[in-house]
Amino acid sequence: MDSQAIANRTVESHPTEAHEHPSYLRHHFVTVEQQRETVSFGMWLFLLTEIMFFGGLFMAYLLYRNWYYDAFVSGSNTLSIPLGTTNTLVLILSSFTMAMGVYSAETRNRKGLIRYLLLTIVLGLAFLGIKTVEYHAKYVEHHIPGANFSVEDFVHPSDPRDRPLAPDMAQHAQIYFFLYFAMTGMHALHMIIGISILFVLLYQAYHGAYVNGHSSTIDNFGLYWHFVDIVWIFLFPLLYLISRHHL
Amino acid sequence: MSTIVSLPNQETATLPKVNYLNNGYGLKSWLLTSDHKRIAILYLMSITVFFFLGGSFAGLIRLELLTPMPDLVASDTYNKLFTMHGVIMIFLFLVPSVPATIGNFVIPIMVGAKDLAFPKINLLSWYLYVVAGIFLVYALVNGGVDTGWTFTTPLSTHYVNTHVITAALGVFIAGFSSIFTGLNFIVTIHRMRAPGMTWFRLPLFCWSNYAAAILMVLGTPVLAITLVLVALERLFGIGVFDPTKGGDPLLFQHLFWFYSHPAVYIMILPGFGVISEVISTFSRKRVFGYTAVAFSSVAIAVFGFFVWAHHMFIMGVSNYSALVFSLLTMLVAVPSAIKIFNWSATLYKGSITFETPMLYAFGFVGLFTIGGLTGVFLGSLGMDIHLTETYFIVAHFHFVMVGGMLMAYLAGVHFWWPKMTGRMYPESMSQLAAVTTFIGFILTFFPQFILGYLGMPRRYHAYPPEFQVLNVLSTAGATVLGVGYLLPMLYMPWSLKYGKIAGSNPWQATGLEWQIQSPPLTENFVETPVVDHEAYDYEWLAHKTQHEVTTVG
Repeated sequence: MDSQAIANRTVESHPTEAHEHPSYLRHHFVTVEQQRETVSFGMWLFLLTEIMFFGGLFMAYLLYRNWYYDAFVSGSNTLSIPLGTTNTLVLILSSFTMAMGVYSAETRNRKGLIRYLLLTIVLGLAFLGIKTVEYHAKYVEHHIPGANFSVEDFVHPSDPRDRPLAPDMAQHAQIYFFLYFAMTGMHALHMIIGISILFVLLYQAYHGAYVNGHSSTIDNFGLYWHFVDIVWIFLFPLLYLISRHHL
Repeated sequence: MSTIVSLPNQETATLPKVNYLNNGYGLKSWLLTSDHKRIAILYLMSITVFFFLGGSFAGLIRLELLTPMPDLVASDTYNKLFTMHGVIMIFLFLVPSVPATIGNFVIPIMVGAKDLAFPKINLLSWYLYVVAGIFLVYALVNGGVDTGWTFTTPLSTHYVNTHVITAALGVFIAGFSSIFTGLNFIVTIHRMRAPGMTWFRLPLFCWSNYAAAILMVLGTPVLAITLVLVALERLFGIGVFDPTKGGDPLLFQHLFWFYSHPAVYIMILPGFGVISEVISTFSRKRVFGYTAVAFSSVAIAVFGFFVWAHHMFIMGVSNYSALVFSLLTMLVAVPSAIKIFNWSATLYKGSITFETPMLYAFGFVGLFTIGGLTGVFLGSLGMDIHLTETYFIVAHFHFVMVGGMLMAYLAGVHFWWPKMTGRMYPESMSQLAAVTTFIGFILTFFPQFILGYLGMPRRYHAYPPEFQVLNVLSTAGATVLGVGYLLPMLYMPWSLKYGKIAGSNPWQATGLEWQIQSPPLTENFVETPVVDHEAYDYEWLAHKTQHEVTTVG
């Protein structure tokens, strides 16, 4: 039912639903249908704010990549494609298990729901684990901006095919790494929040929630999880792939 | 003077036995409430506290500027005063003022719903507001911030040694409070309308708050990430805004004003909504050009996103982009003018009465028009070079924000006070307050236009002696203005106990909120209303009232 139809409906057309009043229908909604659509609309709107939130970082990326292309290339070359690709696959797989979780909730399959939520948690944690390995590598290589950044790697070419960078370009590589940490870090923060919520959902599902026909919480969490996944689908090529060649 | 106020017989009238105010007592019933009306009252009390805190800084600023010499406060204290004045007034007063108090209270009732779509998120929004307030007060008592409310880099990241991070975090959190309010409004207006309440039967207050909510939802996250970057830059020196490391301070300006220009529309749009309601009610006419006024709110929200760089004309943006942004700035004046013209046309041949909300609304129309037109001066490139960073700017945005928004806020508080509390405020006292506010305002800020035009820069605590006369006028005006604001603080609480019983519809207004008891029930409506009339249909109301009388008789 679109919003105009909600406005135009007459009271008579919903005589019974209002009286059924299942326990999960909040008092200020008239029908379960209205509650489901309202909550889902709210979730999409929240995701819109998230897009704007990441948008600021993408704007900064766009600007500095144009200005300091060489620095971005040299920074990009230090990232590990195998780890990044593995992580991308892990995350896409977790989106699949989340979608299966939503499906299980809709088909009132409690065991399936628990299984898929658990799998999503495991895959989410695997992603964070691999990300930690990558962050640790950056720490060892002194590529953390501000803290212990060493410009050495970006002045002298590590690959004989590279031409040496201008000294200030090495400084600019710091901006690349800052954006790398800010964007992936913000993404990881969203993963951590998501996994925390997943634990709550898992606990609730274990006690029998979401399989009584009222699965909109799982639906909407699914939207959030897919959103976080999509952010990574943009981050991976921007940070790892598109600048990757020799100067 | 004729009046439309119709109160029940005071001898026999009582407040309704059951209403949202006596549904549960004690602190817990308020702090854990999910009733939009109680949350509105919580917001009303907290923003009043911060309004007077921010206002006291303004008082100190004006007192310092009484004399040309820097004699009351030291220069860095002065910097902190105007910074804290700006931060508190903008993020803790103007942004939440009308939406979070009046909007929270009446929007669900106007659309015919029992509550906002997400009552718990609404409460969370108030808690976030309080936490933001605590952060800012902490920054304040520990020595304040002196970057100006704009947190301009690289000043804020490298050169000042004050509590920038604490203040930025406070603003970050206040931002989320505002996002949640906006999100709630949009979803409520889309999905919670009563049967028969079509988009074009919505009161214009809903339209303008809807437009403001779009700006809150799309703009505020950008401010949030920008402040995170400022905090990171300051903590770790990562260089994203630091020109010595290749960062771009102008990027900060773009990101900041991408929110903060739309933010001025977040502040003013809900005020437009109040004025539409008040002018229609007190001239007994449907708002002229309802559709045009409704869409002009949306147009302001859309245009509002594409004018931000007019804050940066002197900061080294390219001439071509300055040209485009100047043009777009002129364009945004069009929908604002549509509103002014439509309100004037609503007054034409209306049965106008001069109750307090109407006096404030008249103040709004005049002052906002001046504020808006001087905005067009500033939007034109040549004038801007001369006038920017002078008192002309200060006068311009105070005309819009104080002369406009604060007048609208006070109009709204007076207008809906009988609905919120069930009692009337004292009419002649409040009319005095409205007139005092208007006179005090003009006296405070009109001289500042002249000062700015003569070249007195903003943000300095000393000035050449030849500017003293105008500054004395301004400070004198600020004193009058202060009295104008203190008066409601006295008579509003007084009216809670001694005000006349208002009855359900003292103004004979048409909105759904006026058709239910005051103060309303916790669930607003006994049964879901079915809307079968247009907004501002006074004939429908007259017919309905007549019908009621005959039934009783």
